[in-house]
Amino acid sequence: MTNSKFSRRNVLKGTAAAGAGILGATDLLHFAKAWAQEAQWKPEAGAKLNVLRWKRFVPAEDDAFMQIVAAFSKATGVEVNITNESFDDIQPKASVAANTGQGPDLVWGLHSLPHLFPDKVNDLTDVADYLGKKYGGWVPAAEGTCKIGNKWIGIPVAFNGGYMNYRIKAMNDAGFKEFPKDTAGLLELCKAMKAKGTPPGFAMGHATGDANAWLHWVLWSHGGYLIDKDNAVSINSPETAKSLEYCKALYETFIPGTASWNDSSNNKAFLSGELFLTANGISIYAAAQAAGKGGDAKQQAIADDMDHAAFPIGPSGKPQELQLCFPILQFQYTKVPNAGKAFIAFMMDAAQYGPWLSAAVGYLTQPLNEFEKLPFWTADPKRTVYRDAAKRSLTAAGIGKMDEKAASAIADFIVVDMFANYCTGGADLKGAIAQAERAAKKLYR
Amino acid sequence: MTDAALPATRDRPMREPTSWERLRSNRDWLGFWFMVPTVLLLGVFLAYPLFLGIWLSFTNTKIGRVGKFIGLENYEWLMDDKVFWLSVTNTLLYTVVASVAKFAIGLYLALLLNKHMPFKAMIRAVVLIPFIVPTVLSAIAFWWIYDSQFSIVSWLLRKAGFITTNINFLGDPWNARWSTIFANVWRGIPFVAITLLAGLQTVSPSLYEAATLDGATGWQRFRYITYPILTPIIAVVMTFSVLFTFTDFQLIWAMTRGGPVNATHLMATLSYQRAILGGNMGEGAAIATAMIPFLLAAVLVSWFGLQRRKWQAGVGND
Repeated sequence: MTNSKFSRRNVLKGTAAAGAGILGATDLLHFAKAWAQEAQWKPEAGAKLNVLRWKRFVPAEDDAFMQIVAAFSKATGVEVNITNESFDDIQPKASVAANTGQGPDLVWGLHSLPHLFPDKVNDLTDVADYLGKKYGGWVPAAEGTCKIGNKWIGIPVAFNGGYMNYRIKAMNDAGFKEFPKDTAGLLELCKAMKAKGTPPGFAMGHATGDANAWLHWVLWSHGGYLIDKDNAVSINSPETAKSLEYCKALYETFIPGTASWNDSSNNKAFLSGELFLTANGISIYAAAQAAGKGGDAKQQAIADDMDHAAFPIGPSGKPQELQLCFPILQFQYTKVPNAGKAFIAFMMDAAQYGPWLSAAVGYLTQPLNEFEKLPFWTADPKRTVYRDAAKRSLTAAGIGKMDEKAASAIADFIVVDMFANYCTGGADLKGAIAQAERAAKKLYR
Repeated sequence: MTDAALPATRDRPMREPTSWERLRSNRDWLGFWFMVPTVLLLGVFLAYPLFLGIWLSFTNTKIGRVGKFIGLENYEWLMDDKVFWLSVTNTLLYTVVASVAKFAIGLYLALLLNKHMPFKAMIRAVVLIPFIVPTVLSAIAFWWIYDSQFSIVSWLLRKAGFITTNINFLGDPWNARWSTIFANVWRGIPFVAITLLAGLQTVSPSLYEAATLDGATGWQRFRYITYPILTPIIAVVMTFSVLFTFTDFQLIWAMTRGGPVNATHLMATLSYQRAILGGNMGEGAAIATAMIPFLLAAVLVSWFGLQRRKWQAGVGND
């Protein structure tokens, strides 16, 4: 089964190189065969695996993922069928599957998906322990998102990081040599940038990704939380009031129209040269680079002149970020539990995970500590900040315990609307907090 | 053999038809069976989802989890929910303003298109275009037209020197409401116009000729000939128009997702947000169920308010 060139041991030893994205398709197949021999989960005979996943951000990521699928199929004989759905459609489809007891074997979704039906998904603790031991342990947000007690009800495959995107020259012209490290500095920078005619702008509309991410950061970094550690509603606090005041001061420096922005609005404005500072994934930079490579000098100039920075530290004194987790779960009704577990473990093995994560060029961040050493994170220093997204993130529940209510609160834009209400003059400070408190109490009743 | 058989037949007493035979020849019974497929279809696809939705609104059902009966709790929370009441106000404003505008402009267009003019068929086809374009596509087009940075309207007005900064179409609550209403009106006019035009075609020219000979003015011809004859069609068109507008979802979801600060949330979009995205099926169902009285009222107003003709009550035409 093995040959001298691709002996099981040699291939498995070479995972570091493989993780760096060196393995080609043929090598990947040899590796996959060797891995399948070693793996503790032996797929059931004639197994067919149906996987539902979120739609790709980047074509290269999808290509790398499909290579993993092909290699797994060839090595194990398991036929894998992948279905892609947009973010908003994953949860309803997974729920129907959970209720009817038929559908995909594995679902790769968002936030707290496994917590929606914890009694209908398989215990994946063995897979999580295997991966955790092998790759330096899981980051806290990964554990917080996918565990109930000591039991893993999903495997957090990756996080989607969102950070500060800024134009270097505009920042320098505003009198800042480097990006501020604290919230007070950020406000000063925004004021100065506005005065120079190079305004900032952060999404305050119903932007599921961007608005939720940066406004939860504003709240949490000031020590305000929707729920406390016992999941009691705690939004009505002096810290929340301070975060609202801070946000309003920031909002006054924004380019007009941010109250209507969705997730793509800031990308468009930044790439058109009208916006100079925003919170976003790495997509703006990636798009500018891609256009630049295609001969667009203006976009190349934007890529050259822009950089990224972590969310500044607020009065709470520590990173308090909300980054989007992508957990994968396995339903109990699956007839091929071993094939599913083998697939998850195979996908997150360094030989596959490294090239796949590298192909995502910073859109995705690892939940396993070992993968922060992947060379692509430092090959382009402008990407490096996204490397720590998972490590710096809290769960969607903040300091509370993760459950489906946390995801509901995010889907219902409770925090986003509280800030938007106050900043746009829709409600006074007490009114905005009271409205959010009421909505949260309704959820957590 | 035949002779021998006849007396026997003649002697047999008249048999009473069996119940089954009576049933087979009963027209009502037959009619019942003809109705069964329709009743089943309506029951399965209309009544069952409707009653299931109403039932869900009395439970705490979440996506992926069967709920328990909680009585009126969902409604009690909604009574005190500012966002819900904002969505009710928005829905009413959206429906009333858009429906009135669609009716007025649609009727005007229908009257214009009913006149003889060159390229009449082509112009009628062109009027239908907004209705033919898929809703999501037109919503995305309007989303660009209303973009806070790239709006063509803002760009033109800036170039013309009328404004100095872009119009905040979707970022300001009232601007956003009027902008979405405008998009809805744009989409809905062809339906009203073409249907009313079809109605206008049925008006006999001899009525107009007689009225003209009697010295009726243009307004009198419209008021006493066109409008009364068109009334049944107006009732049907406006009923549908009000229903479509009240339950609109796609335009709002594609353009604003209910923002800014819930200023454009309609009951349908809020219901979707809470039931499907938020996972709270019970609460979402309660919001959807709360739409039923409004829809019934709209239907009744359209039907009885605009239909005063006797023929509808089966008494003959007036």
